[in-house]
Amino acid sequence: MSLKTPVTIFLLIAVAGLAAFPHFSDEFYLEFFTHLMVMGIFAMSLDLLIGYTGLVSFGHAAFFGLAGYLLAIVTPQDEAVALWLSLPVCLAGAALAALVIGWFSVRTSGIYFIMITLAFAQMLFYYFNENEALGGSDGIFIFSKPFVGFGDWQIIDLANPTTVYYFVLASLVVCYLLLTVMLRAPFGQVIQAIRANEHRTRALGYDTQRYKLVAFVIAGTMAGFAGYLEAVSTGIVSPGHLHWHNSGLVMMHVILGGMGTLYGPILGAFILGLLHDQVQEVTEHWHLVQGVFVIFVVLFLPRGIAGLVGRLFGRARDLDTEETRVADDDEHKVGAEPNGERTK
Amino acid sequence: MIEPILTTRDLSKSFGGLVAVNNVTLDFAPGRVHAIIGPNGAGKTTLINLLSGDLPPSGGSITFKGRNITRLPAFEISRIGLGRSYQKTNIFPQFTCFQNCWLGAQSRLETSMKFFRPAAAYAEVHARAERALDLCGLTHRRDLPPAQISHGEQRQLEIGMMLATEPEVFLLDEPLAGMGPQESEAVVRLLNDLARDHTLILIEHDMDAVFAVADLLTVMVDGRVLATGTPEEIRSNAEVQDAYLGSGEGKA
Ligand SMILES: Nc1ncnc2c1ncn2[C@@H]1O[C@H](COP(=O)(O)OP(=O)(O)OP(=O)(O)O)[C@@H](O)[C@H]1O
Ligand SMILES: [Mg+2]
Repeated sequence: MSLKTPVTIFLLIAVAGLAAFPHFSDEFYLEFFTHLMVMGIFAMSLDLLIGYTGLVSFGHAAFFGLAGYLLAIVTPQDEAVALWLSLPVCLAGAALAALVIGWFSVRTSGIYFIMITLAFAQMLFYYFNENEALGGSDGIFIFSKPFVGFGDWQIIDLANPTTVYYFVLASLVVCYLLLTVMLRAPFGQVIQAIRANEHRTRALGYDTQRYKLVAFVIAGTMAGFAGYLEAVSTGIVSPGHLHWHNSGLVMMHVILGGMGTLYGPILGAFILGLLHDQVQEVTEHWHLVQGVFVIFVVLFLPRGIAGLVGRLFGRARDLDTEETRVADDDEHKVGAEPNGERTK
Repeated sequence: MIEPILTTRDLSKSFGGLVAVNNVTLDFAPGRVHAIIGPNGAGKTTLINLLSGDLPPSGGSITFKGRNITRLPAFEISRIGLGRSYQKTNIFPQFTCFQNCWLGAQSRLETSMKFFRPAAAYAEVHARAERALDLCGLTHRRDLPPAQISHGEQRQLEIGMMLATEPEVFLLDEPLAGMGPQESEAVVRLLNDLARDHTLILIEHDMDAVFAVADLLTVMVDGRVLATGTPEEIRSNAEVQDAYLGSGEGKA
């Protein structure tokens, strides 16, 4: 990723802004922004499926909620569980669920893929919703935050909202960079080819089913990571985390934010979340406003909010050298061009 | 007699009641250009689809180098060395010409389940993609998306992607369809070059091109093999004259 590209500059400014934010913010907004960043990770993971592989999953909340519940399950009543222990367990649980659900789902496509992912997620929702041992429809509290440290020496205090904020911010950046690297590696080239033309991708010698399954597992694991962070920061997990409303919400973040870019879904999570927060204060009719917003974006910003950012920040592109041609609104969607040039 | 590299035995495919390929038994000799001709709807494309694994046969078997590949999925068939091009251009519209070839070239890595090293760092893939682009004559169109090149050039790209996978056997479904005379000539030259150390199975309606490159011809009609022979034999075959060549040289 070249520092010359305008979008990168935009992202660096955004990260700097987020890093400075706790100095100006009250506790409410600190926790709210933590939540928005978590949703950003969640949305990014879904975009790996929708925007890059072409798999429209409508059950992505399953992994988000499952990892949260796993944390609640492995956390003892009045004792903290080590992060080194609980995080791998929760991620493995989400990955396993994604492997099973994905194994069935990637055999289908289009509307059937949407339905089967939705069905699996709703099954998990009802399981947790009816499970009284896990709080049923009320959900379950996690009283002690995971412990980060060795022995008695605590490195990071996840009970402190500011610390959690920075922990989540760092996670967001790491997830972004991991996905960026992956999308430029051979694997990323293949999944983008699948989205463009799966038939030809298979004919060229790629076992597209396998690549789709692996993408599904990676996305599910990352969604689980987001769910883990949500559970850590809020201290509560409820069946709502797995509900199709949540799957739909994150899908809205991806689509409004801009499919096929990694920062678009994060922007989507922030803008929709902030809009919700602001509108809530003046009117009860949030869903009406949301509807109008969705219609506006779909009609006037076909490439989502990210497309707008790309246009604003990428204006100087044409005058620039070839390298800056990447400076588009979706710099990661390089297709198969390994040195970053792309189709315009 | 030379051991055939690819054989079909009683290969059949039906779509509902329609038998598109009917008990086709053929041997394809290594290093030869074997053309398959026949009127529209004869089942030529369907035969290629069976050979490439795009469609599962309804009956019969396919053997490649002594190995039964009848039920192998398309991606495996590609990986063992059978590459194909499509009659109906089948490319990646969002990607540049180079990127299209890149995907073919990258498929020859042992696996693409590689998550960290940038694709650009695979020099051998790069070289393969550039070579394919050069062979199909699109180096000057390298960074353009298919929408910005001519129809004939898209047909060249179709061939380039197949070249990038470096197959041993080429299954070419009407490579010249939709090309202008100059492009056609260049592709015929390319086919002649490839024929030196590859096996080509060529479907083509352009009879001049067929007679210019083919060592052997098979005529298909209504899903069946009507005759197989050298170009001279086919030209003088009365049955073929009746069924196909006589009736106005097939399709233009
Ligand atoms: N997927 C399919 N489903 C149903 N029928 C099909 C399918 N593919 C081909 N057919 C039918 O099978 C027959 C053979 O078609 P095919 O495309 O193999 O002919 P062809 O020899 O390639 O013709 P052309 O010269 O026009 O390309 C035709 O009648 C066609 O309509
Ligand atoms: Mg055909």
